[in-house]
Amino acid sequence: MAVVSRDFRELRLEQISRDFGQVHALRDVTLTVKRGEFVALLGPSGCGKSTALNCIAGLLQVTGGAIYLDDQRLDELGPEDRGFGMVFQNYALFPHMSVRRNVGFGLVTQRRPKAEVARRVDEALALVRLEAQGDRLPGQLSGGQQQRVAIARAIVVGPPLVLMDEPLSNLDAKLRLEMRAEIRRIHAMLGCSTIYVTHDQEEALSLADRILVMIEGQTRQIGTPEELYARPQSAEVAEFMGYRNLFPSSAETVDGGIAVIIGGARLLGTPIGVVGTQATVAIRPDDMRLTGGGPIAATVEIAEYHGRDFYAVARLEDGGELYFRSDQRVAAGEVVQLDAAPSRVLVYAA
Amino acid sequence: MTATRLPLHRRLREYGLDSVTLLLIPAVLFVLALFIYPFLYGLVLSFHPKAGGWLANYAKFFSEPFLYDTISITLVIAVPVTILNVLLSVPVALRVRLMRRQRLLTTILVIPITLGTVMVAEGLLTYLGPRGWLNRVLLEFGLADSPVRLVHNYWGVMLSLVITGFPFTFLLTLSYVTGIDPALEQAGAVLGARPRERFQRILLPLLAPGLAITLALAFVQAFTVFPSAILLGAPAGPTRVISIVAYQAAFEQYDYPLASAIAMLMAAVQLLVISALLAARTVLFRGPVSTGKG
Repeated sequence: MAVVSRDFRELRLEQISRDFGQVHALRDVTLTVKRGEFVALLGPSGCGKSTALNCIAGLLQVTGGAIYLDDQRLDELGPEDRGFGMVFQNYALFPHMSVRRNVGFGLVTQRRPKAEVARRVDEALALVRLEAQGDRLPGQLSGGQQQRVAIARAIVVGPPLVLMDEPLSNLDAKLRLEMRAEIRRIHAMLGCSTIYVTHDQEEALSLADRILVMIEGQTRQIGTPEELYARPQSAEVAEFMGYRNLFPSSAETVDGGIAVIIGGARLLGTPIGVVGTQATVAIRPDDMRLTGGGPIAATVEIAEYHGRDFYAVARLEDGGELYFRSDQRVAAGEVVQLDAAPSRVLVYAA
Repeated sequence: MTATRLPLHRRLREYGLDSVTLLLIPAVLFVLALFIYPFLYGLVLSFHPKAGGWLANYAKFFSEPFLYDTISITLVIAVPVTILNVLLSVPVALRVRLMRRQRLLTTILVIPITLGTVMVAEGLLTYLGPRGWLNRVLLEFGLADSPVRLVHNYWGVMLSLVITGFPFTFLLTLSYVTGIDPALEQAGAVLGARPRERFQRILLPLLAPGLAITLALAFVQAFTVFPSAILLGAPAGPTRVISIVAYQAAFEQYDYPLASAIAMLMAAVQLLVISALLAARTVLFRGPVSTGKG
């Protein structure tokens, strides 16, 4: 019944947009997903990433742009005809059906013979290690098990593309790590292309081949996890990627980079793009180094013990706040001196 | 026996009984005084007929067609009305669930409940009567040769029961429908199920328990029809429903024992139909059904 074939080269989103009345939830998002690729849509809540996923699934109509699977146009098809697998945030398991019937749902709608349904359901349940729970109802399973059923139900039909909408957000921290590894393992085994929506940068960094950062319905950057982590292209993306320290500063091009002023101290940085005389400086807390002769002086206000290290909030001489990590013990009230490597001080045009 | 026994109120609390439980007393008294006692009184009274043995009232009911026919007459009105109301409610509720101005529409649909049966009957008499708006329009435009008879017969009662009963079934159905997570239907759609299949395999089984309750309540409401059967029907003929003969026995012939017997038979028929409904639900949709987690 599904018209979409599994043998495809790429899924293309061409400038897709979605408006809700006057609100532009999604604006001109363009993305190409290669076969087998794992792409994360990353953004703060309300940024339009779930809207994008629902548009790809066909649960929402796009109000502009087009979606192609190779040469076939998809955005005019209903969700029934796209043949994608989808894992919902709250799993959306059918509460009145056993695990086996939940997993087999997509095969039964395709009118597959009974023996084939049974065999493929067995395979899918084995893949998510739920062989023993086949006859239970979803309500009798734990959150992590329900999550596995949802994944099995999405992949059993052999979809060209699996869509995941914040699948780990309802799990506790330990299970989240386990299921993350599980998703990675299943993706490696089946090689199914995946679009994964999340607001958790760590999840996106650890799972995805490529990440699309979306803010206010627009694509802000597409790149590999390494690129996004080390080289955000704008201060906004930097802030979202964990660059907690963002300072306005004057900027001056000098030999070996660009000089900026933070808390009255002069620091060398790396310009990203063209930077004029006014700039925004972004530094990760982990890139700040506690050194005796460091140029930046600050008074520690809060120091949290995190086991492996300390996470501290300090007050600069000009009143600004500075976040840093340190493996040496720091205490509130202490005056510290800090430095940062020029390659880790990113300078953006203000 | 243990050495230290807890005080009585502590032990009672273990069973969920504490001073708050006392607040139930007024409600219990109310139910006992206004429901259980009259019911038992009527039951006993029905076995003390004015003349004859203790079963004489029931024997009389089932020997006179004038009396026993009322059961089938009432069923012929109540069953179609019940089914029609629920059948109408499901699609309307499914649609309303997706609407933004849900409140407004719900308010409009609920107005007939607040008007009451008599008011609706008055309105229908004016609009649908031989010289009412509907017939005038039909005659004026040549759509009918003679006035269409829609009141003082079966259809009048039927219409009034639909108008007053629909809001009730609709509200109940809407609450059951909105209890179903929309993501379930979306999941069905992504898995290739078309609207019809989604309804049959996902919505209907999840709605079944609620629909059975709705059907039961709507049936009871329709089966006990009285004012509209008199005002809009033909109480001497096709709409001589069972409550009318009970009323006649009690307040025209002053035969309370017979009236009590008729009331007991009403209760018996309702109980039978409701049991059949709930049994059918269990057979058709097996397994525990919850709309919560999932």
